[in-house]
Amino acid sequence: MYEHDVIVVGAGGAGLRAAIAAHEEGADVAIVSKLHPVRSHTGAAEGGINAALREGDSWEDHAYDTMKGSDYLGDAPAVETLCKDSPKETIQLEHWGMAFSRDDDGRVSQRPFGGLSFPRTTYAGAETGHQLLHTMYEQLVKRGIKVYDEWHVTRLAVSDEDDPEDRTCHGIVAYDVQTGKIEGFRARNGVILATGGLGQVYDHTTNAVANTGDGVAMAYRAGAPIEDMEFIQFHPTTLPSTGVLITEGVRGEGGILYNKHGERFMFEYGYANNLGELASRDVVSRAELTEVNEGRGIEDEYVHLDMRHLGEERIVDRLENIIHLSEDFEGVNPLEAPMPVKPGQHYAMGGVETDENGETCITGLYAAGECACASVHGGNRLGGNALPELIVFGKRAGHHAAGKDMKDAEITTGKVGDYEPADVESPVQLGEAGLGGDAVADGGATADLSGDEVVQRALDDERETIEHLLEKEDGIQHAEIRERVQKSMTEHVNVFREEEALKDALRDIREARELYQDVYVADKSRTFNTDLLQTLETRNILDIAESITVGALARNEFRGAHWRKEYQERRDEEWLKHTMLSWNDGEPELWYKPVILEGENKTYEPKIRSY
Amino acid sequence: MSTQVPEQVEDESSAESVSPGKQKRDAKKRERAERLQEQREAEAAEKARTADDTYHLKVFRYDPEVEGKQEPRFDDFYVPYKQGMTVLDALMWARDHYDSSLTFRHSCRQAICGSDALFVNGSQRLGCKTQLSDLSEPVRVEPLPHADVVKDLVVDMEHFYDQMEAVEPYFQTNSLPAEDEEQRQTRENREKVKMSTRCIWCSACMSSCNIAAGDNEYLGPAAINKAYRFAMDEREGEDMKQRRLEILEQEHGVWRCQTQFSCTEVCPKDIPLTEHIQELKREAIKNNLKFW
Repeated sequence: MYEHDVIVVGAGGAGLRAAIAAHEEGADVAIVSKLHPVRSHTGAAEGGINAALREGDSWEDHAYDTMKGSDYLGDAPAVETLCKDSPKETIQLEHWGMAFSRDDDGRVSQRPFGGLSFPRTTYAGAETGHQLLHTMYEQLVKRGIKVYDEWHVTRLAVSDEDDPEDRTCHGIVAYDVQTGKIEGFRARNGVILATGGLGQVYDHTTNAVANTGDGVAMAYRAGAPIEDMEFIQFHPTTLPSTGVLITEGVRGEGGILYNKHGERFMFEYGYANNLGELASRDVVSRAELTEVNEGRGIEDEYVHLDMRHLGEERIVDRLENIIHLSEDFEGVNPLEAPMPVKPGQHYAMGGVETDENGETCITGLYAAGECACASVHGGNRLGGNALPELIVFGKRAGHHAAGKDMKDAEITTGKVGDYEPADVESPVQLGEAGLGGDAVADGGATADLSGDEVVQRALDDERETIEHLLEKEDGIQHAEIRERVQKSMTEHVNVFREEEALKDALRDIREARELYQDVYVADKSRTFNTDLLQTLETRNILDIAESITVGALARNEFRGAHWRKEYQERRDEEWLKHTMLSWNDGEPELWYKPVILEGENKTYEPKIRSY
Repeated sequence: MSTQVPEQVEDESSAESVSPGKQKRDAKKRERAERLQEQREAEAAEKARTADDTYHLKVFRYDPEVEGKQEPRFDDFYVPYKQGMTVLDALMWARDHYDSSLTFRHSCRQAICGSDALFVNGSQRLGCKTQLSDLSEPVRVEPLPHADVVKDLVVDMEHFYDQMEAVEPYFQTNSLPAEDEEQRQTRENREKVKMSTRCIWCSACMSSCNIAAGDNEYLGPAAINKAYRFAMDEREGEDMKQRRLEILEQEHGVWRCQTQFSCTEVCPKDIPLTEHIQELKREAIKNNLKFW
């Protein structure tokens, strides 16, 4: 068994920042990640980092824009923390040498982004994430922080008291991809989940193949509530054939969207009369799909994004990467022709419920970055707000886990105070199909065990699961199950959502769960067995897909990225609350908790979100 | 959650013995799975046979612990072609439809994670960035040369990472402004280091380099480029530059490069690696002249 003070799961922006912060506080910290850090998907982020750095801007304005962008489902204490800490953390990156784009006076450049009242998006060309990821990995190397790379974390070692609020996370179980070893890792202080996105639940996504929602699914099965899962951001400008992202920076710099008649539809059809192409992402995505659905799309599939009028010099200076992406992955030179674009799954606003220190309701379990939900993004994330979330909350979680004295959080976690039990009308049985073994709470059997024993027990269970998969000689393979779920989610739980379609998705997921009981791994090798790795990931995809769909079915209103055909209005009187799901004996349990609109100095009164 | 369930679902976990209902369901499920599997294989084989636009891939296979794969071999895969299909797409298709044990690293699919550098038709390329339509058939896909093969197309990256980390690959300066103020950097200087910061650690350059193949201690093009990125960054200051040049001037540093340009040719991010190495050589000479 390996042992450290703090274990960080995942090595993207949030994981690296958390590890550096824990190390700064003197903790013995290690990162366990299924990818080498520089392979993490933070590297694909293009646009930038929102930070109120300049005169005329303020963290208050950033917070206002973020609350509005969230469609009033962000929690003010988390949003304000993000906006207050972001400038300092952005400058910290600069002090670590990050190669930001520069103005003539040598200061870091900022540009306009969708939904922002001030051009506060700090950037490094159209490769901000790459620069951020590598800069932080350099700092990791400098500090000699231990990384177990290509170790896939499969399970959290959590004690099993009845109430998740009484449980403690003592470590993790991980599988060494290179050798096939399954090992326990004891975390003396805490475990920080920083596993990133879950886009592989869909078949058209900007996310990497590795983004299978592992952290969210593991925390969920260990009893930590997951929050607002139905809120999925579909980015309006992805390349149709691959899902590769074309940054919002293109529109920020002045790029224009056209339908097949060459109409600038954002204005012509009144989708966003003020901001046009720079309206919030959900607004633009719906506008594009409406154009396609009404017969004004190109090849009935996509619209055009044109930036030729910006001129080659400006494009090369600020958006050079986009030329390469468009040429390599769509065969279009954007200096000569408009780029075909359509909405694609991009980001999960929801995730593991945390407070503004990154802590979940389980003692010693933290989450930060895209896998977490504090919530700073609420119903919709603004462009340029994901990267600051990584550095701000990654750092806070790292500090807290390492034992730094921090201000008590204002956001509560778990079922405490003002929560509301609820039901959802599902056409099928939800949750685990028959084959159990993941629910942590099995009658309090490990509640009195020592931390080491809890880890050992989780390790024994996981070894059994993996041995079973490897020993089974026939059955169904993960690729088939995964494809079914991805197709169903893209068809039924996409930008536009209808009750019957959502129920169809739940039926499909149920069927996939039943198939998964018969899953087997054809590759019996212990060496670099990606067949096994993907089979384990598919288990996570099932739980995540179901949670997104249950949330979407429960929330009968239209808010942020969540559009419901039957309910075309935001319903504040009923829905200023978070959708919470807790895994309870192998089944999801639905409940709600109120959103916090009271900030430090003001209350954010819900207004109509028009752009 | 009190979900509405239309039919009575049996509590399977508490059943002592397997109920007849479950047996029947299991049998049905197995049947369905088998049927699907057969159907899928038949369809795939049919497609591969009949389609004109099928690509023929010859893929290197090796697994140290699987009988029949311990001796390296090439497997043939026929993959139905779709417009825009890349080598990575084809490998994924072959894996998901023919052989789930086919093993390769990949993640982002967009040439930024640097996981899938491969040896394709005799040169180092990123699988995700290489269009099948640009290649002659059969498309030969092998692991990167000059690295130990772990399994199939996966190579051991440790040596590459060690070299990258040997050049103090992190920003260092003696003078920082206050914590709320950025350092200034001219646009020209940022432009100067820009290409060098684009490295995605794919190791294609290292694999292509004859010198690195013969001298295991040679830092290699990627690591030297990493050092260039900092040595040329005006924010580090002259003292640091001095120190960086000392590291680069060591026996297995810049002077080993014989300017064959193979690294520059294969770099998927178009980094002028050889030029960077040459520039560092010039800097080193200028630097040494100062003390004469």
